Amino acid sequence: MYQTNMYEGLLAETVIMPGHNGDRIHAYMARPLGSGPYPGMVLLHHAPGWDEWYREATRRFAHHGYVTISPNLYDREGHGTPEDVGAKVRAAGGIPDAQVIGDAEGARQYIDALPYSTGKVGIFGTCSGGRQTFLVGCSTTGFDAAIECWGGRVVQAKEELTAKQPTAPIDLTANLSCPLLGLFGNDDQAPTPAQVNQHEEELKKQGKNYEFHRYDGAGHGFFYYDRPAYRQEQAVDGWKKIWAFLEKNLGTSK
Amino acid sequence: MCTMITTQAKVEGSGKGASGWFELKEANVSYDHPYHIRMEHALNIDFVNEAAGPGARVAVELSPESARELVKAITAALDQAESGGWIEEAHSHEHQAAHHG
Repeated sequence: MYQTNMYEGLLAETVIMPGHNGDRIHAYMARPLGSGPYPGMVLLHHAPGWDEWYREATRRFAHHGYVTISPNLYDREGHGTPEDVGAKVRAAGGIPDAQVIGDAEGARQYIDALPYSTGKVGIFGTCSGGRQTFLVGCSTTGFDAAIECWGGRVVQAKEELTAKQPTAPIDLTANLSCPLLGLFGNDDQAPTPAQVNQHEEELKKQGKNYEFHRYDGAGHGFFYYDRPAYRQEQAVDGWKKIWAFLEKNLGTSK
Repeated sequence: MCTMITTQAKVEGSGKGASGWFELKEANVSYDHPYHIRMEHALNIDFVNEAAGPGARVAVELSPESARELVKAITAALDQAESGGWIEEAHSHEHQAAHHG
């Protein structure tokens, strides 16, 4: 735990990393200053884009002792303000699941290869990034912890599947390769509480290591302090759950 | 995108974006997460020129009720213009360019 006489320092910067198919994509990376070794985190940004909230979240995880990288999942869509690029992706119906899985795995390997990494790496995402976090956990084998925050469309009806999203993540639950933490708001429409229950039932059925926390008085995106969805009490508790879950599954240098 | 509700109209017109006026080619209409209006989902219209990059965008985010009012207002104005004989034949920007050229 932090004491007031301790030295603290962070390095945060844009890097280029190999993503899906070896594509060179932008990523934002933050790490504690020191020799470590530190566990790592990969952050998958939400549907609105690779924005300031995700930069701050990247630094927040680093502040808590994790080498953290947030790849720009929309890198191939061109460059501009995060909102303009996000709007382009919104109009295009999102990005391909296979590409996200490749980018997430590329980010994990990028951290794993660093001299100050413990080799333990977790993954976190909110909104579409929450869905993708679960999807990555079920489609790869190298992650040690996954944090899914209000992942909409984990449960997808057949008619909701598209060329970009060909498989409902819930159907891959048997392949989940790491412990899962799920945070959800009971007023959310995507996922609905009924879909969260369905998600949990499948995890139970497959005997997976998971913990779900559902919050009353919160809807979708209750961590976003810049949106009306923000719920202070639930967000503070959610972050506490995250730090405890990561300490348990990745360890920490602090 | 959490709802994935999106449609597109090909449009002819001009839009004023962050860098001034530009030629519009598409209007992307979605009912999904907005960026600014204080709602979880909104009717978003992005007037864009996809060939000119993500920055060629004029954004509007509306509540569903006001979007329906806008549709009515547009239709009413067009109906009135049509009945008054004001509607010109559609012409391309190439034509306009030739006119001013």
